[in-house]
Amino acid sequence: MAVIVFAESWEGKFKKITNEAVSYAHGLAEAEGTNVIAVAVGALESDPAELGKYGASEVVTVEGDAFASFNASVWATAIAEVAEAKGAKHIVLSGTNNGKMIGPMLSVKAGASYISNAIDIPSNFAPFTVRRNAFSNKGLVDYQTNAEKVVVSIVPNALGVKETGGSASVSSHSSSAAADSRVNVIDVDRVKGKIPLPEADLVVSAGRGMKAPENWTMIEELADVLGAGTACSKPVSDIGWRPHSEHVGQTGIQINPSLYIAVGISGAIQHLAGVSGSKTIVVINNDPEAPFFKAADYGIVGDAFEVVPKLTEALKSFKANQ
Amino acid sequence: MKILVCISHVPDTTSKINFVNDNTEFDTNGVQFIINPYDEFGLTKAIQLKEANGGTVTAINVGDATTEPTLRKALAIGADDAIRVNANPTDAYFVAEQLAAVAKDGGYDLIICGQESIDYNGGQVGGMLAALLDLPFASPCVGLDIDGSTATVLREIDGGKEKSTMSLPIVLGGKKGLVEEKDLRIPNMRGIMTARTKPLATVEAVSADARTTAVKFEKPAAKAAVKLVDSAEELVQLLHNEAKAI
Repeated sequence: MAVIVFAESWEGKFKKITNEAVSYAHGLAEAEGTNVIAVAVGALESDPAELGKYGASEVVTVEGDAFASFNASVWATAIAEVAEAKGAKHIVLSGTNNGKMIGPMLSVKAGASYISNAIDIPSNFAPFTVRRNAFSNKGLVDYQTNAEKVVVSIVPNALGVKETGGSASVSSHSSSAAADSRVNVIDVDRVKGKIPLPEADLVVSAGRGMKAPENWTMIEELADVLGAGTACSKPVSDIGWRPHSEHVGQTGIQINPSLYIAVGISGAIQHLAGVSGSKTIVVINNDPEAPFFKAADYGIVGDAFEVVPKLTEALKSFKANQ
Repeated sequence: MKILVCISHVPDTTSKINFVNDNTEFDTNGVQFIINPYDEFGLTKAIQLKEANGGTVTAINVGDATTEPTLRKALAIGADDAIRVNANPTDAYFVAEQLAAVAKDGGYDLIICGQESIDYNGGQVGGMLAALLDLPFASPCVGLDIDGSTATVLREIDGGKEKSTMSLPIVLGGKKGLVEEKDLRIPNMRGIMTARTKPLATVEAVSADARTTAVKFEKPAAKAAVKLVDSAEELVQLLHNEAKAI
């Protein structure tokens, strides 16, 4: 019966969070006494067999003209075909922007129920029950379904990667899905050399407390030392100090890194809705009354222009001694 | 051009979230309900498109009579008419089936949903609706131009943006960027007055089964008080030894 997992790639290489999705699928497969089959759609440069390391026993590649650019409906059809052929009861994908488009379409095409944004392993398999976020991170909900087939998407970075050290066989599937002439991707503009924010495990973010856009150099230096992504609060992107693509919060991007460092951000409820899934939150602010301190694990009350360079130096010496 | 804007009726962003009946239900007591913020961007975009190209904007919601004030607000903002599918919106699949039933024969060129609702955050309805209607889908959509029967759609991808052209009709999941926040329409007195006389149709639900059930709610564990530290070195040690974050 197998657990199917969508092995998402970018420019032919598996995304880092694909390893997390495969690990999650492996957990499901173990509990159900079955195996994991990963489905990689589109041209691939990565060695498909590398997913064996995270628990896939088989990787099915789906290539061809119909998959030359992203189309959620066409990709969902191909994944549904493999799931059908393998008799899968569970299909796992990561809640990336592409995953969020594929998931609901796939559930309809596969005749499956869909639980999105899972943040834990299922607490029960009959009926399938899993916990997810809701109310913009102000609540948790256990969702249940009696459906025979379930599509489940997981919140990126919520569950982590587990190496199991197995090996995977590789096969290909010839999909009947045809290219969709109604949709033409004409341009893809992706920031090169930077970690996409939803995938970043560590994020350094700053707000109006930085006073001017040129002061972001120190935020970028701190992020560089950590190997972190950079983000900003809404007012900062509204003024145009930073691009909208860095705005995290309810109307921006929602992230769930393991560490979120917020510099000069007061912590409005809309900002918290986008970042409170972070495992550890550090707040640096000169206002001890800033509401963000209530949501933080660690805080430094102080002037960002003094604290941030000191933190960068402290991290450099910490890294040098590792 | 006929545009359908799907409106979720959600608790105000700043609402306190509580659960009742042994944590099996969301407590609506004292909660102010609003148009889902992501849907508001779509509604304003629809009105702008109508003003530029002509046509109609229909707002639709699946809900009981208590959601009518939210639909009236959509009318006050500028929708021409509204439809309420008279049903308890039990899950995303049920809602998508209801919307699909209305949209199927409606001849809509463009159907706009929010990328997700701010209550259950599922992000499911738009994609399910597109699949049920076999229409192209883009989400989260942060830019839209219409030229004749072609839409140029900008959507967020992880770490960037993707631009596509799509033949109408299409389904979009929208967010800020469809219009900017400063351009969001706020109902004025004239809008509120005319909204009272605009048509708000009630249709009965089609038969569809919910596929999922929310069985138990919980609030996240209260955070321990913030640990304030004095020095960067101390913070680094805590992040390494205690939080295991670096």
